[in-house]
Amino acid sequence: MAKLKFAFYWAATCGGCEEAVVDINEKILDVVNLADIVFWPVALDFKYSHIKAMEDKSIDVCFFNGAIRNEENEQMACLLRQKTRVMVAFGACACFGGIPGLANFTNAEAIFKRVYQETPSTHNPEAVVPQEDFETEEGRLNLPRFYDTVKRLRDVIEVEYFLPGCPPPAELILAAVTAIAENKLPPVGATIAGAKTLCDECDREKDKKVVTEFKRPYEIIPDTRKCLLEQGIICAGPATRAGCGQRCINANMGCRGCFGPPEGVIDQGAALLSALSSICEIKDESELKKIKPLILDPAGLVYRFSLPDSLLKSKRSVISG
Amino acid sequence: MNNFEPKIVGFLCNWCSYRGADLAGTSRLTYAPNLRVIRVMCSGRIEPLFVIKAFKEGADGVLICGCHPGDCHYSEGNYKVMRRVPPLKKMLEQFGIEPERLRVEWVSAAEGERFAEIVNDFTRKISELGPIK
Repeated sequence: MAKLKFAFYWAATCGGCEEAVVDINEKILDVVNLADIVFWPVALDFKYSHIKAMEDKSIDVCFFNGAIRNEENEQMACLLRQKTRVMVAFGACACFGGIPGLANFTNAEAIFKRVYQETPSTHNPEAVVPQEDFETEEGRLNLPRFYDTVKRLRDVIEVEYFLPGCPPPAELILAAVTAIAENKLPPVGATIAGAKTLCDECDREKDKKVVTEFKRPYEIIPDTRKCLLEQGIICAGPATRAGCGQRCINANMGCRGCFGPPEGVIDQGAALLSALSSICEIKDESELKKIKPLILDPAGLVYRFSLPDSLLKSKRSVISG
Repeated sequence: MNNFEPKIVGFLCNWCSYRGADLAGTSRLTYAPNLRVIRVMCSGRIEPLFVIKAFKEGADGVLICGCHPGDCHYSEGNYKVMRRVPPLKKMLEQFGIEPERLRVEWVSAAEGERFAEIVNDFTRKISELGPIK
């Protein structure tokens, strides 16, 4: 059998997903035995022309990490789609928008104003901001357009599989690669992770879901055996997909939700807000201060990784584009 | 806007508030026709998702009515919705939806007149706010 052809690409992302690929350590040798990596800009030198020159559908699998933040991200997604048979949205940003997706509470104009003018360390009296077109002596320069909203990969191209996580854990990456090698892939559209919630597979002792008060992580040293939520630590487990190997839970930290919504849940944030607020023991509106961590920034808390994946997608005044 | 007729979605619990609305009807009370009533078994059934979806589909306001605290047919369902609404209001604000567009009221089966007043008052306030963005 001819060797498979893999491609890795990063769009609006921090680079952690690329780290996750390297974190499979010596197993990367198995991957290289199995497949030729034909495109991986973070590790090797590639140009757009190289990928444009490839035949259509000649890449077997493309692992695409990062959200769609600007025109270049979208163009690359479309180009790779054209060249690839199986597209995998790799990591929380490609699957749900991820942390960059939180920018959907603002827009391009406000972001540029903040970054190029308002930050305390910025000195920019002439208010110079990047332009899409710029004429210089050497010639005309072009920059990709910066969109008003962050999109998921599936908003711009068709995606076959989803590999969530921030970043996806090594075991799941290997499981996906093994499934590809053995031609045992799940039905198209599947998420390569658990189907139920993180709570469902969590080993901690669970008793009664009643919280007298939510606490910030620095206010408490949590018991390592008991449910974090029952101890008043905010945990996204009730509204987050299982399959991560409980990395945060094992480190005595509440889940932050990077695996996105479980099967059948439309809106992770709405489900999490419902779960968290319902269990706080309040019988009088004057006691609302008990849920203060929820009142401070509820949207940022419950949609930490999934704002572009939510029903509302962005702040209402933000024009999509 | 003079001609603006707001669309308001009302989630009413089966045991108190829906009966209250029924009483308003059987008492031949006249009140604003802007409310589209959805009956749920308990106000505790109303998830933030229902409210978000209503706004996404174009509702200008959402009214949630349940039994008075302590009177819930299922003992504690109305406390659940009481807890969900303050963070939800804040979240709507973060999404650019005025929190005043969401209102919670406790209406008993005997309060037909009060139900009619609430609907009139809420319709007036939403009319002043104008259509949802």
